[in-house]
Amino acid sequence: MTAPLVEMAGLRVAFATPTGVSEAVRGVSLTLGQEKLGIVGESGSGKSLTARAILRLLPRTARLHADRLAFDGIDILTASERAMRRIRGRRAGLILQDPKFSLNPVMTIGAQIAEAWRDHTKGSRRTAREAVVALLDQVRIRDPGRVAGLYPHELSGGMGQRVMIAMMLAPDPELLIADEPTSALDATVQAEILRLIEDLVSRRGMGLILISHDLPLVGHFCDRVMVMYAGKVLEELPAGELARARHPYTRGLLACLPSLTHPRAPLATLSRDPAWAA
Amino acid sequence: MIEVEDLRVRFGQTEAVRGVSFEVAEGASFGIVGESGSGKSTVLRALSGLNPDWTGHMRVAGLTLGRRRGRAFFRRVQMVFQDPYGSLHPRQTVDRALSEPLLVHGLGDIDRRVERALIEVALPPEARFRYPHQLSGGQRQRVAIARALMAEPGVLLLDEPTSALDVSVQAEVLNLLADLQLRRGLTYVLVSHNLPVVAHLCPLIGVMQNGEMVEQIGFEDLRAGRTRHPHTAELRALSVELEEAG
Repeated sequence: MTAPLVEMAGLRVAFATPTGVSEAVRGVSLTLGQEKLGIVGESGSGKSLTARAILRLLPRTARLHADRLAFDGIDILTASERAMRRIRGRRAGLILQDPKFSLNPVMTIGAQIAEAWRDHTKGSRRTAREAVVALLDQVRIRDPGRVAGLYPHELSGGMGQRVMIAMMLAPDPELLIADEPTSALDATVQAEILRLIEDLVSRRGMGLILISHDLPLVGHFCDRVMVMYAGKVLEELPAGELARARHPYTRGLLACLPSLTHPRAPLATLSRDPAWAA
Repeated sequence: MIEVEDLRVRFGQTEAVRGVSFEVAEGASFGIVGESGSGKSTVLRALSGLNPDWTGHMRVAGLTLGRRRGRAFFRRVQMVFQDPYGSLHPRQTVDRALSEPLLVHGLGDIDRRVERALIEVALPPEARFRYPHQLSGGQRQRVAIARALMAEPGVLLLDEPTSALDVSVQAEVLNLLADLQLRRGLTYVLVSHNLPVVAHLCPLIGVMQNGEMVEQIGFEDLRAGRTRHPHTAELRALSVELEEAG
């Protein structure tokens, strides 16, 4: 392996507020290769901003600082908008929580995936159509020919998310960022979608950043887990060693979940140490 | 306390709830678990009077329920929804939200009751004159629970009460609900897609799929894997798989 896919050192994201500058991400560093990294944290921990900074997809009011931020050796901090567009969607895909808001409601599924595919591969209408059917088949949609002709409102949540994944895979990216990709889905569908992402990522040798509030879920599907709190990384560990997590916050997040196999009443609650946010 | 017999609810051509029956004893908790579209929330909404298009028989505290519910019913039965941001008036303070049920039901001693309600759900006294947007998600859900309890109902219908919350806050709200039940002898019907959440609070669980309650199972049987319906087994397996990974 040559240069790592993502290098990030000392990332800071700040917002100007009426009462002064508020820092949402405060010095996060990470290196990502062809592996599956999970970023876990509660709302407001800065997990989504951290991942989106890699694509420079931040709210307009955000101020981004880093000692280093690079995608495959390309400096994100100084890259032109044109250079960023060559990365976004083509070399790095983003899957969001709710496909309802990510798909164009007035275009058929097939047309949208074809658009993503033609953006990086030149080919006839016919080859584009074949590619679309092949992609839908890869995300395990039955009867891909028929589904290609449907509009987003005709799909269920799980199907919509499969379509999003197919669209993100169309340009054959090297990195996939999935931001709470299954939070809007039922448990049975959630497991299928995550297994699908895991399988595609391993087979294509991609890097994956899976962002979620669900620690056990991330532990189950990733190689490595980064736990964020108040804009900082509190702990980083191999997913298989979650049960041996050291930080009281990580342990607290696991302990406060209701359990079928080890019921406990009352549930453990988290007492937050102000030092964690310091 | 609650008897539901052969409940059916239609939306146009589709039958969303297809003959559901269950009973809940006074002071007990009954959980309903299922995926989206299984009809679990529709059952709760029919029970609470939010959906008048149903057939079957429902009784609460010995009273047979009709299409329209009177004030006496709402004094006995209250509901807590998933999103406290949507169920609290954005331009009303916590004080106003908590006073209103007392005014509606003609209960006096408002000042002291509001004060006591805040203590009961462990909200700081300063929260009383704040607006919903000035509170965290967990605090808002505490307000929604406090408001449901103002008129001292016997039954709380809980529709995904912790699904919009972070897990650490979820634990606090679940502990609060368990506490309140013990102290006040409340009867709960809890609906959620999250099996461990339902199982934590409810010793008896109804599993719904496609509008039918395919199984009613006790917590110990569920824990031990003594399921009778494949959908129950599937939901259990998914939860257990994740627990073991953690």
